[in-house]
Amino acid sequence: MLPPVFGVLFDGLAYGMLLFLMSVGLSVTLGMMNFINLAHGSFAMLGGYVTVALMNRYGVPFFATLPCAFVAAAVLSVAFERVFFRRIYRATDLDQVLLTIGIVFISVAVAAYIFGTEQEPLRLPAYLRSSLTFMGIRFAVYRLILVGLALVITLTLAVGLEYTRFGAQVRAAVDNERMARGLGIDVDRTFAITFALGSGLAGLGGALAIEIVGLDPSFAFTYLVYMLIVVSVGGLGSISGSFAAAVVLGISDVAGKYYVPQLGAFLIYLVMITLLMWRPLGLLGRR
Amino acid sequence: MSAPALATRGLAKNFGSLVVASDIEITLPRGVRYALIGPNGAGKTTLINLITGMLQPAAGRIFLDDADITALPPEQRVRRGLVRTYQVNSLFPHLSALESVTLAVCERTRAARTWWRQLNAYPHQIDEAYDILAALKLGPVCQRATRELAYGQQRLLEIALALATRPKVLLLDEPAAGVPRDESKELFAAIAGLSSDITVLFIEHDMELVFRFATRVIVMVGGRVLIEGSPHEIAADPQVRAVYLGKTATTALQGSHHG
Amino acid sequence: MALSEGTVSPQLYLRAQTRWRPAEIVFWLATLLPYLLFPNYLSLASQIAVAALFALSLDLILGYAGIVSLGHAAFFGIGAYTAGLVSKQGWGEPLSGLLIAALAAGVVGYATSFVICRFRHLALIMLTLGFGLLLEELANTLGWLTGGMDGLQGIHTWKLLGYFSYDLYGRVAYAYALAVLFVLFLFARQLIHSPFGLSLRGIRENFVRMPAIGAPSRAHIRTIYTIAAGIAGIAGAVLAQTTETVSLDSLGFERSAEIVVMLVLGGAGRLYGGLVGAIIYMIARDQFSGIVPQYWYFWIGILLVAVVMFLPNGVLGGLAKLTTRWSRP
Repeated sequence: MLPPVFGVLFDGLAYGMLLFLMSVGLSVTLGMMNFINLAHGSFAMLGGYVTVALMNRYGVPFFATLPCAFVAAAVLSVAFERVFFRRIYRATDLDQVLLTIGIVFISVAVAAYIFGTEQEPLRLPAYLRSSLTFMGIRFAVYRLILVGLALVITLTLAVGLEYTRFGAQVRAAVDNERMARGLGIDVDRTFAITFALGSGLAGLGGALAIEIVGLDPSFAFTYLVYMLIVVSVGGLGSISGSFAAAVVLGISDVAGKYYVPQLGAFLIYLVMITLLMWRPLGLLGRR
Repeated sequence: MSAPALATRGLAKNFGSLVVASDIEITLPRGVRYALIGPNGAGKTTLINLITGMLQPAAGRIFLDDADITALPPEQRVRRGLVRTYQVNSLFPHLSALESVTLAVCERTRAARTWWRQLNAYPHQIDEAYDILAALKLGPVCQRATRELAYGQQRLLEIALALATRPKVLLLDEPAAGVPRDESKELFAAIAGLSSDITVLFIEHDMELVFRFATRVIVMVGGRVLIEGSPHEIAADPQVRAVYLGKTATTALQGSHHG
Repeated sequence: MALSEGTVSPQLYLRAQTRWRPAEIVFWLATLLPYLLFPNYLSLASQIAVAALFALSLDLILGYAGIVSLGHAAFFGIGAYTAGLVSKQGWGEPLSGLLIAALAAGVVGYATSFVICRFRHLALIMLTLGFGLLLEELANTLGWLTGGMDGLQGIHTWKLLGYFSYDLYGRVAYAYALAVLFVLFLFARQLIHSPFGLSLRGIRENFVRMPAIGAPSRAHIRTIYTIAAGIAGIAGAVLAQTTETVSLDSLGFERSAEIVVMLVLGGAGRLYGGLVGAIIYMIARDQFSGIVPQYWYFWIGILLVAVVMFLPNGVLGGLAKLTTRWSRP
C-alpha cells in the first residue's frame, strides 16, 4: 500500500504535463524571436472551446476533437502571425505585451459572447471517467492517458529537435538568430512553423484541460500566468526546461492545495520569484 | 619605469567549445597609438568587451596603470578612465547631441545623482559638453536629436561621448566604420586631435587610418595575438600578408612613402 | 563660442526645455472646470485625480526609465491600506496620513528595488507581476488586518487642515486630490528636468550604453523606483481618505493593468501622458459603466491593439506629430 502522497504526486504530474503542453510553444518562440506572446493563452482556450463545440453540438467523439483543436489553434495562430505579430517582432517589450494582452481581452470577450460565462460541461465517455486502483492509490484513467499522451509528444519533440533537419534549424535559431540567418537558415519560415506548432500544442493542451480544470472565458488569463511562470522559470527556448518547470509547478500547486490550502497561490508566486532571482534566465535558459 | 597604461595577461574566453580568446597578452605604454587588426571573427571586439568588463574572462588579468581591474564592474572601469566607443553606433536616439554629452559629463561629475535641482543649475557641465562637441565640429548641430544627425556626425558623437568621461585609455572600435568618404575628414581630424595624454588602441580595417596614426600594430587571428610590430614590419611580414593584408596595405604603404 | 545663426546658446536651449508651455497652463486651469460645469461629478473628478497621480508615478519608471511593471498597484494598495489602518487606529489627520503612507510604500519600494534593478525584459516583467500577485494573495490571507473581501471598515478622515470637512458633494475631496496631484506633479516635473532625469532618459534610450559612460544605472533605477513607489502610495492614501474605504482591488492585477493602459493611451514618457490617459479612460469607463465587464474588456483590447499598431506614442504622441506637421511650412 502506497501512502496518499503518491496520489498527490501523480495528480501533480498530470497537471504539470498539461501545463507543459500549453507552455512549450511559448517557451520556444520566446527563445527564438524574443517575442513576448501573451495571447498564447487564447490559443489554448480556443482549443478548449473547439472541443466543447464539436462534442456538445455535433456529437464528435472526444479523441477525434483533439486533432481539430490542434489544427484550429495552429491555423488561427498563423493568421495572427501574418497580420499582427510580424510587425512587432522588433518592437519594445511593452508594445508586445500590450498588443498581445489586447488580443487576450478580445478573445475573452468573444468567448463570453458566443459561449456565455459559465463553465462548459463536458460529457466524456464512461471509461474516461473511471479510475484504476493500484497499490491503494486511485489513478484516474483520464489522467493516465493525459500523462501518456504528453510523454509521447514530449519524446517526439525531443527526437525531432535532435535528429531532424528542421529541429537543427530551430536549435540554431534559438541559439543565435543572427548567426543562423548568416548561415542561410530561413529563420522567419522556421519561426512561423514553430509558432504554429507551439500554438497548436497549446490548443491541444486547452482541449485536454477541460476535464481537469474546467473551461470558461477567463481561462486565457488564468492559465497565462501559469504559462508565464513555466516559461520564465524553465528558461526561454528550452523544451527540457519547460518540462522540468511545468512538472515542478504542477506538483507544487496540487500538493500546496492539498496540504496547505490556506496558502493558496502564494506559494507558487514565491517559488517563482525565488527561482527567477536565482536564475533570471530560467533553470535551463540560454538567452 | 612607469606602469603601462593598460596591460592584459593571459586573457582567455570561450563560449562552450568555441574559444574566442586565448592567452592574450597586450601592453600599452602611456600615450601611445596602437592599432589592433585582424580578419573578421578574430576576436577583436571580444577583446574590447573583455577589457571593458562587458564579458567575464575565463582566465587572465587586466591591469589599468598598476591596478588589477579584472573584478571591477564596467562602470567602475570607466570611472578609472578606461573608455570605449562602439563599432555600431550606440547612442541615445531621442536625446540631442548636447543632452547626450551633458549626460556623460554629469555622470562623470556625479551630478547625475541629484534629482532636486534642475539641469540649468549646472552651467559648467553644459559648457564642457558644448566645448567637446565644438572641438569635433558638432557645435552647430548640437541641439538636433541624435537620430537626425548624419552618420559621420553620429560617429563623431560616439567619440564625443567617450571624451566626456575624460578617458586615460581610449579603445576605439572601428571609428571609421560605415563613414562615407566625404565625411571621414572630420573623423580623421578628431582622432589626430586626441590629446597625447590619452592612450589609444583602435580596431580598424581601414589601412589608411592604421598607417597614418598607429605607431605599433597588433595582429589578432582566431582569438590569439599573431604578431606585433611597427606598421611597416607588419605590412612586410609574410605571415600577416597571407592571413590578412593582401594588396591594400602594400599600396597604402607605397602611398605613405610618397605622400 | 562660435554659434551658427538660428541657434541659441546651449544653456538657453536647455532652459527653454523647462519652460511652462501655454497648453500646460490651460490644462491646469481646466482642472478647475468641474466646479463650474460638472458640480455633480466631483467624486468622479477626485477619482480621476487619484488615477492621474498613480499613472504619473508609473510614468516615472515606465516612461522615463523604461521599466515595464505589471505590479505597480502593489504600492498603491500599500499606501491605501496604510492610510486606512492608521485612520482606523484613531489618527485620521489626512496630511500626516499621506506622509506615513508614502513612507510605507517607499520602504517596500526601496526593498524590492534591489531585486528589480538587476533584471530586464521578461524576467523583470514576471518579477513585477509576481510581486503584485504575491501581495494580493497576502492581503487576502491576512483578512484580519485588511478586512479581506469586505475591505477595510471604520476609516474616518479628520478635517483637512483642521477646518475643511469632507462634504457630501465631494468639493473638499476634489480640491484635496487635485492639490496633492499638482504638488507632486511639480515635483515630478522638477525631477525630470534635473540631471537625474536626464540619466533616466539615457537608461530608457540605451541601457547598454550607460555603464560605458560610467553611469551607475542600478543605483539610478533603485532611486526612481523608490520615488515612484512613494508617489503611488500617496495616490492610494488619497483614495482611502476621500472615499473612506479600501478594498482588495486597490492592489489587484486589474488595477496594475488598468494603469498601464491609461499611461500608454495618453503617451508614456511625456509627463502629461498619464494625466491625459487617466482622464480619457475614467470618463469612458464612467460613461459605459452599464456594460457587462467582458464587453468593456473587448473594447479595451481593441484600443490596445489600435494604440500599438497606429498610435505607438499614445494620444500625446499623436498630437505632437500632428503639430510638428502643421508647424512645418
